[in-house]
Amino acid sequence: MKLELKGITKRFGSLVANDHIDLVVEPGQVHSLLGENGAGKSTLMNVLYGLYQPTEGTILVNDKPVTFSGPGEAMASGIGMVHQHFMLVPVFTVAENVALGNETVGAGGLLNLSETRTRIRQISDQYGFDVDPDAIVEDLPVGVQQRVEIIKALVRDAEVLILDEPTAVLTPKETDELLGIMGQLKADGKSIVFISHKLREVKAVSDVITVIRRGKVVGTAEPGASTTELASLMVGRSVSLTLQKAPAAPGEVTFSVRDLTVRAANGQNVVDGLSFDIAQGEILAIAGVQGNGQTELTEAIMGLQEHVSGSITLDGEELLGRSVRDVIKEGVGFVPEDRSVEGLVGTFSVAENLILNRYDEAPFARGLTMRPAVIEKNAQEKIAEYDVRTQSASAAAGTLSGGNQQKVVMAREFSRPLKLFIASQPTRGVDVGSIEFLHKRIVAERDGGTPVMIVSTELDEVLELADRIAVLYRGRLMGIVPADTSRDVLGLMMAGMHADEALAQATELQGGDQ
Amino acid sequence: MSTVTTAAPDRSAAPAGAVRSWKTPILLSVLAVVALLVFGAGAPRNNVTFRLSDPNDAIVLPDLVLPAAATGWLTAVVLAALAVLAVLAVRRGSAVPVWLVAVFAVLFLIGFLTWVVGSANNPNVALYGLLAGSVTLAVPLIFGSLSGVLSERSGVVNIAIEGQLLFGAFAAAVAASVSGSAIVGLFAAALAGVIVSFLLAVFSIRYIVNQVIVGVVLNVLVSGLTGFLFSSVLSKDAETWNSPPRLPVLSIPVLSEIPILGPILFEQTIVGYLMYIAVAVIYVALFRSRWGLRTRAVGEHPKAADTLGVNVNRMRFMNVLLAGVVAGVGGSFFTLVSVSGFGRDMTAGQGYIALAALIFGRWNPIGAFFAALLFGFATNLSNVLSLLGTPVPDQFLRMLPYVVTVFAVAGLVGRSRAPGASGIPYVKG
Repeated sequence: MKLELKGITKRFGSLVANDHIDLVVEPGQVHSLLGENGAGKSTLMNVLYGLYQPTEGTILVNDKPVTFSGPGEAMASGIGMVHQHFMLVPVFTVAENVALGNETVGAGGLLNLSETRTRIRQISDQYGFDVDPDAIVEDLPVGVQQRVEIIKALVRDAEVLILDEPTAVLTPKETDELLGIMGQLKADGKSIVFISHKLREVKAVSDVITVIRRGKVVGTAEPGASTTELASLMVGRSVSLTLQKAPAAPGEVTFSVRDLTVRAANGQNVVDGLSFDIAQGEILAIAGVQGNGQTELTEAIMGLQEHVSGSITLDGEELLGRSVRDVIKEGVGFVPEDRSVEGLVGTFSVAENLILNRYDEAPFARGLTMRPAVIEKNAQEKIAEYDVRTQSASAAAGTLSGGNQQKVVMAREFSRPLKLFIASQPTRGVDVGSIEFLHKRIVAERDGGTPVMIVSTELDEVLELADRIAVLYRGRLMGIVPADTSRDVLGLMMAGMHADEALAQATELQGGDQ
Repeated sequence: MSTVTTAAPDRSAAPAGAVRSWKTPILLSVLAVVALLVFGAGAPRNNVTFRLSDPNDAIVLPDLVLPAAATGWLTAVVLAALAVLAVLAVRRGSAVPVWLVAVFAVLFLIGFLTWVVGSANNPNVALYGLLAGSVTLAVPLIFGSLSGVLSERSGVVNIAIEGQLLFGAFAAAVAASVSGSAIVGLFAAALAGVIVSFLLAVFSIRYIVNQVIVGVVLNVLVSGLTGFLFSSVLSKDAETWNSPPRLPVLSIPVLSEIPILGPILFEQTIVGYLMYIAVAVIYVALFRSRWGLRTRAVGEHPKAADTLGVNVNRMRFMNVLLAGVVAGVGGSFFTLVSVSGFGRDMTAGQGYIALAALIFGRWNPIGAFFAALLFGFATNLSNVLSLLGTPVPDQFLRMLPYVVTVFAVAGLVGRSRAPGASGIPYVKG
């Protein structure tokens, strides 16, 4: 099936999310859409899938114009979509999820799920998915849930599959498996639209690459193009993908974690016996696939978790059992993973958000009153220093773009002397230009002699920033390895292999290749 | 590469050393101690008579005569043993089994009944009447909580059950009086429930007003409106407007003669039979039909349903209207079965109790049915006991179901999990 988009424009009020986009997906082709977060890739796909109506432009299927008033019609035309956030009902079984909207009904309107089960088994066997139709979706690992999403599309005879940032939640190994599955689907004559901002994956799997920036198609590229070329096309200027940083000069160890265990409400240890140290002037990056205890680890340090045991010391002081306020007063700076919920108060102004951790101290407060003039002046300084793009200091923080919001959070945390800096996903959803800037600030903090802990699920970021890398898997430490460890080894560790084992296996594999 | 598996955390098995919940064993232990002290040590020294059937029935069962002290001690000791088992289970790191809690509850009830009836001035109670009466009292509650199931499973919180019941009761009374036919009253009640539901649906789904607030406002509106019409129209000419014929009791021959169960199942008005049918039909439809699958999907993860071509808001709208039919019919119980005629605010908060039954019954039609029965039983028990003259003031007995609800909702019988998107309006994009 041939799919063509002609002059698709989508406006939300005054915002132009897609601006006259043209795109042709040939049968049996993997067509990648490359672009930064917020470039308009997902909007475009939602238009294609019938979730949004285009303001202008036409969609052609096999050269015939079509309009989709809803996803049902898009599916009927042979378009299937795997959303970035899975569209699965967590309490349903796999079969129920697959059947939903496409049910086989027997006498009296009663469901006939056995036919759905058979179809699932068929597809599962054909592509080696290993999916049990009767498993409850919320009990399945993320990688398997994704396969359920693919099955959902295949059961509806999709000819074009849209995969929206499918690798964001996967381990390197699962990513490889997914790329393999995409190959199989392509061999079966299906077309795939692969949306990603990860250059390596895009290069590995695409037949054609279309780059989108600020809602416009800015060019197409062959998969043979170099990463720097693709990156500058994506960002619109030449970017240095590698951070210039001096080697670390670790000083005294001031931050220690011993046997840290966090138990979740369901009784499982989400952080399980972690011990590590961070020296002054050193960045320890915590790598791992999302949901392997990183959130709980940072929150335990900040005093945001219950059921914590072990010990966390900073400059010899025990932090465990202290209130969040106490921990902040001890000199711990914290950038939480979800800035819009935990890092900022969206309805507060930028100026107010910049003093959220010091609003009651001099010079921002005197007695019971706050001093608006001082707060405003502080805001002006920080906005200039961090190049925060905002209409004014009194604009609500929630109206800023992701990168600018993160700059506000960072500016706040760096605006006082720190004894420890923790950042969780510091550049998630941030444009490449801002990433460079934020990374430099983090390295500057390190060079100033602060122990730094970075949690990131993006391997690129980990490799970029880290002086040492700790890998978490199911709440356990798989080992702490030097920053120059290969991606293969880290990938194996992220899938649950201990450092020495992973090293041995990676060496063995390389030996076999030669 | 064979050792490497997928990396997402396995959440199915709780390892040893889990965060143990001591709530259940502590509660069971306290209740066991109460049982030992009250049912055992505090037992009256006489026999308790439970009459199992009406002497006029075709099949007459002999009376059940129990020595109060021996029965009390026996149940108390077994309860204590169950409590110990619960403590041991939690110590081992596993959860308290559901059967244990269920057996405990039943035994506690037996012990309590024996004690409270034994302590009465006349230690003789008609068990068949007690049970049949419980079911009768539970009828509007069951309709109410089924209405809640329909609405909340699709993602709309239905606080307006009270208003639907009350308006149903009012409409049934007026329509039946004017037409002279109770059946017409029944249809009018369903229509009245739909009207309240329609307002709820329009405001909460179309205009995205907070669902709880709309529900409460509707309840107040219906109360005010019916109250006004009652004093300005109904009570001025009760002959025309407020003297509905009652629905006849339809006994099914032979089956209604079965001791104890006969009167409960086969000696009901049409509203009573509709209730049993509604429980069964809604249960099967919810978990076995296409409509049910879509309803649950829309209530759990509306966006997922939307991306599969299910019209979320239409689905919700229809479900809320259907909920109105069910609650409206339940409302007719007050004026066509219970008493003949409408009274100001005669539903007296039963809609809210239906809401509690819905939660207690975990948003499941059958669970809600049994939860509502429990409330009906407690209410009827307090009625019966106040006639027998018991040592416990009947206000305390009337508190019993609510105390039970609080404990139950607090997690005595496992966690009660609401539909994921209940109360959250669905907006595209």
